[in-house]
Amino acid sequence: MNIVVCMKQVPDTESKIKINPEGTGIEAQGIKYVMNPFDEYAVEEALKLKEKFGGTVTIVCMGPQKATEAIRTALAMGADDAIHLNDPAFEGSDSLTTAKILAGGIKELKYDLILAGKQAVDFDCSQVFACLAETSDLPYASVVTGLEVAEDQKSATVKRETEGGIQEIIEIKLPAVIAAQKGLNEPRYASLPGIMKAKKKPIKEVNLATLGISADEVGEKGSKLKTMNYSLPPERKAGKKIEGEPKEIVAQLVAWLHTEAKSI
Amino acid sequence: MSNGVWIIAEQREAKLKKVSLELLTIGRQLASKIGQPLAAILLGHEVEKLAAELEAFGAEKIFVFDDEILKNYSSEGYTKVIANLAKAHQPSILLGGATAQGKDLLPRVAARLQTGLASDCVGLEINHDGHLIAKRPMYAGKVLVDTMTPEARPQMAALRPNVVEVEKPQESKKAEIEKVKVEVKPDDLRAVIKELVKTAGEKVDLTEASVIVSGGRGMKNTESFKILEELASVLGEGAAVGASRSAVDSGFAPHDIQVGQTGKVVNPSLYVACGISGAIQHLAGMRTAKCIVAINKDPEAPIFEVADFGIVADLFAAVPLLAEEIRKVKEQS
Repeated sequence: MNIVVCMKQVPDTESKIKINPEGTGIEAQGIKYVMNPFDEYAVEEALKLKEKFGGTVTIVCMGPQKATEAIRTALAMGADDAIHLNDPAFEGSDSLTTAKILAGGIKELKYDLILAGKQAVDFDCSQVFACLAETSDLPYASVVTGLEVAEDQKSATVKRETEGGIQEIIEIKLPAVIAAQKGLNEPRYASLPGIMKAKKKPIKEVNLATLGISADEVGEKGSKLKTMNYSLPPERKAGKKIEGEPKEIVAQLVAWLHTEAKSI
Repeated sequence: MSNGVWIIAEQREAKLKKVSLELLTIGRQLASKIGQPLAAILLGHEVEKLAAELEAFGAEKIFVFDDEILKNYSSEGYTKVIANLAKAHQPSILLGGATAQGKDLLPRVAARLQTGLASDCVGLEINHDGHLIAKRPMYAGKVLVDTMTPEARPQMAALRPNVVEVEKPQESKKAEIEKVKVEVKPDDLRAVIKELVKTAGEKVDLTEASVIVSGGRGMKNTESFKILEELASVLGEGAAVGASRSAVDSGFAPHDIQVGQTGKVVNPSLYVACGISGAIQHLAGMRTAKCIVAINKDPEAPIFEVADFGIVADLFAAVPLLAEEIRKVKEQS
């Protein structure tokens, strides 16, 4: 089966985020960029399905030049090839516009399944893949922690996490868009031979002109949702801290919670 | 255009979710600012009785879609119903909850309506020229941004649960209830819920919990999470147990209770961090808690820098003592 995995490069979750002086974005300097953690589950699941059914795994990534590093990581894990949607005009695209660009990049491919992470940990929108499913007229399941593709590869059963320990078991027709949640699998590390091989795997560069979309339809201009000023949340200050005999300090804590915080 | 502020009322098993009332509360404020009516959309099977509750919380108009095919949520079925209704009536604002269902549904609706959607909002306001300004966190709350949909309609936003305090209107008005025919056929649904599985009984979800007791690497193993559960049960019905990424990755706790940037972002009134050092990705997930308590034997742990109350102690001694002391206080009051 042929699988497309959509992937994004994001700041590492241990990054301290600073806002640029104009208040229009974050300070990129000093940030370590990695493959979006949820996308690792999507790549792993695709590789497992390829091992079972055969076929190909193609990475599709929208992002600037440096996103090539994350693409190479996915190729080193075992993906076959990649499409890199890279054009300065794409910058500032909202979720729906991003979905349209991805759909444009995927359009020419023959696929049975599109996998992705349930959200990118930078903008945290959790929107792109529902929008991609709608744009490409495909069924969709998100926050997926279990995926079983039927032998005939025409449908799959997925486990979807909802609130309060309730899981939905969904039967979904393929091709479909499925967005992965932590728990789906244990992503593999790229092996050294994998890293060597990845250097020779093809990455097709696609820009605005090759995509055939007009500049007005992408980026900030083409987006319905405008992002305005960035701000930092109020800093939390350290409060009271005590050391001593557990019995005494716990009693003090309870007194604070009762009289000051009124939380108990 | 004065076609209203709409909220999508969410129910599961014919019970309204609390976020539906939060949506009505904020929806009422927005509707009165722009001088438009507040409407609610109710979807499900045998859910009509829930309309009375929506009315009591200020819905002036309620669209009811009651059909067996809507009994379980489906992204395609629900999208079709909501998008068609919105196309017919052109509301100026359409809100839903940033819940498991809302996060799945709302972007698909927005894509069908070709409009903007602000995810997981922590603030909704109307600006001087009548636009909806939605404040939303990015990078798990390390940054906040204001967003706006200047032209496309409706202006859509998903409201994070537990951000708005539910209020009833002072006077309740009689709502107009419109039952709408459901035009969803089984063939429309390419993804169908076959079964709902409840793991380990029904739990309070972390994103809805008013109190969270969380454990980190310091918990050492799965069994010791029992002392956190005991503390949570003393703290009341709205209390839940959470875990840090290192506790989850070490296999001490299931991933669905992970708090942090790659887990859940939570907003309780009390957060008790036990044996959690306070990595940046964890702090991002719980920093909006009203009160943070830290229990850690390392006095230099970064968690103390954000804690309102910190005790430097071995959690295995302190947590059971804390449960006991709280029980005493609760019995007295």
